[in-house]
Amino acid sequence: MTLLHLDQAQIDRARDSARRIARSVFEQMKPFTTTTVERATLRLLGIDGVDENMVPLPNRLVSHLQEQDLLQHGAAAIVVGAMIESGCTAQQVAGAVAAGKLTMRRHKGEEAIRAATEAEARKMCEHIARQRTRRDSEIRSVGESRTPWLYLIVATGNIHEDVIQARAAAEQGADIIAVIRSTGQSLLDYVPYGATTEGFGGTYATQENFRLMRAALDEAGARVGRYIRLTNYCSGLCMPEIAAIGAIERLDMMLNDSMYGIIFRDINMQRTFIDQFFSRMVNAYAGIIINTGEDNYLTTADACEAAHTVLASQLINEQFAYLSGLKPEQMGLGHAFEINPETENGFLWEIAHAQLVRQVFPEASLKYMPPTKHMTGNIFRGHIQDALFNVVSTLTQQDIHLLGMMTEAIHTPFIQDRFLAVQNAKYVFNTMRDLHAEVEFRRGGQIERRAQSVLGETEQILADIERMGLPQAISQGLFAEISRKPDGGKGLDGVIAKSGDYFNPFPNLMLEGGL
Amino acid sequence: MAENLVRPYGDTLNDGRVQLSFTLPVALDDAAKEGARQLAMMMGLAEPAVVHAEDMGQDFSFFIVYGQCQHQVDLSGIKVSRPEFETLDKDGINRLIAEKMRRRMVVIGACIETDAHTVGIDAIMNMKGYNGHKGLESYHEMRAINLGAQVDSEDLVATAIEEKADVILVSQIVTQKNIHLDNLTRLADLLEAEGLRDRVILIVGGPRISHELAKELGYDAGFGTRTYAEDVASFAIHEWIKRNPA
Repeated sequence: MTLLHLDQAQIDRARDSARRIARSVFEQMKPFTTTTVERATLRLLGIDGVDENMVPLPNRLVSHLQEQDLLQHGAAAIVVGAMIESGCTAQQVAGAVAAGKLTMRRHKGEEAIRAATEAEARKMCEHIARQRTRRDSEIRSVGESRTPWLYLIVATGNIHEDVIQARAAAEQGADIIAVIRSTGQSLLDYVPYGATTEGFGGTYATQENFRLMRAALDEAGARVGRYIRLTNYCSGLCMPEIAAIGAIERLDMMLNDSMYGIIFRDINMQRTFIDQFFSRMVNAYAGIIINTGEDNYLTTADACEAAHTVLASQLINEQFAYLSGLKPEQMGLGHAFEINPETENGFLWEIAHAQLVRQVFPEASLKYMPPTKHMTGNIFRGHIQDALFNVVSTLTQQDIHLLGMMTEAIHTPFIQDRFLAVQNAKYVFNTMRDLHAEVEFRRGGQIERRAQSVLGETEQILADIERMGLPQAISQGLFAEISRKPDGGKGLDGVIAKSGDYFNPFPNLMLEGGL
Repeated sequence: MAENLVRPYGDTLNDGRVQLSFTLPVALDDAAKEGARQLAMMMGLAEPAVVHAEDMGQDFSFFIVYGQCQHQVDLSGIKVSRPEFETLDKDGINRLIAEKMRRRMVVIGACIETDAHTVGIDAIMNMKGYNGHKGLESYHEMRAINLGAQVDSEDLVATAIEEKADVILVSQIVTQKNIHLDNLTRLADLLEAEGLRDRVILIVGGPRISHELAKELGYDAGFGTRTYAEDVASFAIHEWIKRNPA
């Protein structure tokens, strides 16, 4: 492949800065857990279901532990202590607490309880490991597409309707199906339950919805002879729990950014940093590819002026991901084709940005997002904008290709909008398949100089962020020009200081070295 | 007024030629294709021709149809509801605010309730604006406060009271199942209940918003696509002057 001439020492310096930035946040957050981390832990111990008011049992149990002033010790061992004493399953313990028949307390024999907790936790780890093996064997038996993989969104609000659309999309050529969540789910401090048929702008992420869609895609994949990956949104106030249910139900990808919730959903910074560590650890263990959300910076800020913030954020996301045990190929680092189409040579700058990201992250599963900000009601021009996006994607060898819709600015896509988008991408990918190997970037040319200049700015901004610390950088609005304060935003009340004897069995089991 | 009758133009005046495309929830066969043609006829298109038909799988088929529109419309009789004001440039707006209000105009913007799509409110409010049109934050005679996404109506109203807002600017992008109508009505009701409705200039924007719809919902103005900060700002200052005659 033809490469831009970039200064590797400069890339290394930028990456070193990002490593120290992530490590510093990690150390600051280590003494804390959150309510949703503890709920995710309970889900991983097998607790599911809701009470008569549709409140999930993990929420009931964690609230109870807070009332009893016990949560700071970690939910897992206390629940397993109660299991041993009563001879009940975790689910039965949760049910009894919700029914007011059981009050949690600490049990004696800490060593034995911890060992039992680890044994309980190991059961779910084994299930998740089997799901991972199952994915590998499905891919081996039905096969998979060459990259760029076509990523399509369904969002009817009704999981059963989503299944119909997802099957059609798979038949048309989709490699990845993302079920967009109902607008507002990111701010719910619980995970809804069961199969859902009502949602706005999307469908609720629930464990049952995950299961239904995974089963439908396995069936569709077998028919079309391609493994169809399933994506959902591991973001918002319940990041760790979504990761847990996704791992259990064999999702393949999760939108899972270390900073997106802070910046774009005004979720508290501490909450997000703690939650992303745990959720990414689960995703890493489950073999899930995470997708980061840097594309969003470009819909808010200008795509040329903010190009270096995308690369800086990707480098930070990469280092956070390493801390949670993710491998490079599990990192779907995000970026986007969002330069104003009126910009002279804008297409050149798109190539420069996309190729720069490709070269800085040669092993990552890069996620490339289509134009949205400058899409208009002129669907004919929109179709061309999408075609140009498709050209850059194949030319710079992106991995995860979110399909652009010509009706982006109008409505949630009609079925034919998706159909035409797939045709557009397949046409471009096929007709330009090996173009990347046939052309070279002119040494010292405009594209190369643009990439070098973005890289230079990235090194600079990361040095600045390192100096002030990431929380301060976010406070100053360095990303997407949006400012968030360390004590602001939603969900801070769910951040809990761990006691000295805090215990959670999963880091030891899921992560080499533990969290 | 003299009649001004028009019909679609393909390549000859009054040929009425139009194109449309749609999906039928059936596998493609001759019956589906003929069905598509007859549907176009029922829509009032003469000599419809299905120029492209394609099976999309899963019992769906896609059609592109051309035909001749039989109707014509008299433009001379049409009245369109739009906010009445003259769009000034940024300097003109700043001058007018300084001269008439003698203080900075306070504008609060938000995507309310469940709507998480800030692209519209950002385009109008953020410093950089959109497409070369600077946003309200860049107007030195304005104090523009962008609250961002998913703001509860209660919080928006509380902030409006706290900041003594002259203008509330709401963006609604998600319109699936008409959720925007519920959200917008809720905000208008809340302002009414707080006794604020007459004190603020209430504006809504979004791709599916028309001025007519906004008026129906009890808003002072509605703006659709192709609206820039100066359009909104011009309306706001004109409305303020109208309400506060010297």
